[in-house]
Amino acid sequence: MTMWDMIVLWIGGAMTLMIFSFLYKDNPFYKFAEHLFVGVSAAFWMVKAIQTTMIPNMWAAIWPKSVTGILHAAQHTEPNYVRLIPLGLGLLLLSRLMPRIAWLSRWAMAVLIGFTSGTYLVRYLQSDFIAQIRSTLIPLVVVTPQGLDVIQSLLNCVLVFGVLCALMYFFFSLEHRGVVGGISRAGIWVLMVAFGASFGYTVMARISLLIGRIDYLGEWLQSFGKIL
Amino acid sequence: MNILKNFLLQLDRRIIYAAIALAVTIPLVLHFAVPLKPSPIVQSLFDALEALPPKSKVILSFDYGPSTLPENDPMAFAFARHLLTRNHRIYMMALWATGARNLDHTIEQVIEKEFPGKVYGVDYVKLGYKAGDEGLINTLFKDFKGMYTTDGHGTNINDIPMMKDITTLEDFDMILNVGSGRPGTKEWIQYAGDRGNIPIGGAVTAVEALLLYPYYPRQLKGLLGGLQGAAEYETALISKYPQFGTTGRQAQVYMGPQAVAHCVILLLVILGNVSYFLGRRRK
Repeated sequence: MTMWDMIVLWIGGAMTLMIFSFLYKDNPFYKFAEHLFVGVSAAFWMVKAIQTTMIPNMWAAIWPKSVTGILHAAQHTEPNYVRLIPLGLGLLLLSRLMPRIAWLSRWAMAVLIGFTSGTYLVRYLQSDFIAQIRSTLIPLVVVTPQGLDVIQSLLNCVLVFGVLCALMYFFFSLEHRGVVGGISRAGIWVLMVAFGASFGYTVMARISLLIGRIDYLGEWLQSFGKIL
Repeated sequence: MNILKNFLLQLDRRIIYAAIALAVTIPLVLHFAVPLKPSPIVQSLFDALEALPPKSKVILSFDYGPSTLPENDPMAFAFARHLLTRNHRIYMMALWATGARNLDHTIEQVIEKEFPGKVYGVDYVKLGYKAGDEGLINTLFKDFKGMYTTDGHGTNINDIPMMKDITTLEDFDMILNVGSGRPGTKEWIQYAGDRGNIPIGGAVTAVEALLLYPYYPRQLKGLLGGLQGAAEYETALISKYPQFGTTGRQAQVYMGPQAVAHCVILLLVILGNVSYFLGRRRK
């Protein structure tokens, strides 16, 4: 382990303990770590946006000679003046900062929303609507060369009827009474099972992160031995 | 009964935190392990990778940040081990800016240490991070080298041997996503898998997993859900390739504390309900 690795390990260990100290009660150490985290995150994303989006996609495209030797991608390329259009739209977005011309930002927003919804609509229709309907159209009775597959048939029935019951719960054109009410109540059970599974998975995720942190603290404690 | 009732109703939340901390720390120190068996959805992805012919071109996308390393790192490590053992070619990229560091970490910890014979540019390549989220996938689908003009080290993409026959995403035999949010597996399915009929494999955090199950098995070859999924994949990998029995157990080591912590949480849920009903009876 290099000296630099050791410094990083110690900062990480100290920050972890500062954050965990909140579990006892709010204190200045926790506040310091929290503010440091927010500040570092904001700075990281600002630098990343400049480094990975503004310089290669805008600056290098419009004025490639200026970054030749710095960005390999910009070598031997012609200026792409079409990129001035998104640059202009980006500047229009900033007009929101000046109330008198704030209305100009709507043009950029219109392009942004139009492009996003146009792109998303097609992909969601294909992958989350049509493909999902297709995945639900499955045989309720599964027969294999070995005979009736009872388990798979049961699983398919649960899936198909589960989907139908959950959909019925959100179908408000019919009053939820009688048969419709019964199916709707079954839909609530399906949704509750899904929420329960979601909660269980979330617990697993959070415990995994705690294990990771405690393992890290263990590594940090072991570094004491190396120093001493 | 009164003593129990008063104890439960006045229980300090810090005792619960301490109980969870101990439930995680003690099994971690004692290396407590639990037996694991790959579930069908994990085994399906393992089998899909096994079925690929040698030298297949596989994208390994690192779409996660440092906050989910304990869950996602073992997944990425297991995929790298499996792919290189099967002599596939790995194209490592990231849709997340924070994923680039994890990509480097996988190269340092797995590829360089365990596969010293593998050659950069022939067996694996670091393409690195590009901004654009699903827009990037959309563009890669039409013109891969238009977006990745260099690799992560700044080398011209046309000078890298394993990039010679790559023009679009459809040239790849499989896409593996290790992710923890958006963009991630869902976006790879929407913008690449469904569109180009490219097999997709997912390895995501437990929080994400539930949202992706509906895509299996038609749109997703298999899914590793959280630490459990990672540990199951390691089990499948070690049972087929025992040489990873010592190095490839990151997630399995964490599953012991996970199981104990879950038992403690279950106990706390039961105690919480008992205290609720006792309190209601008192009213």
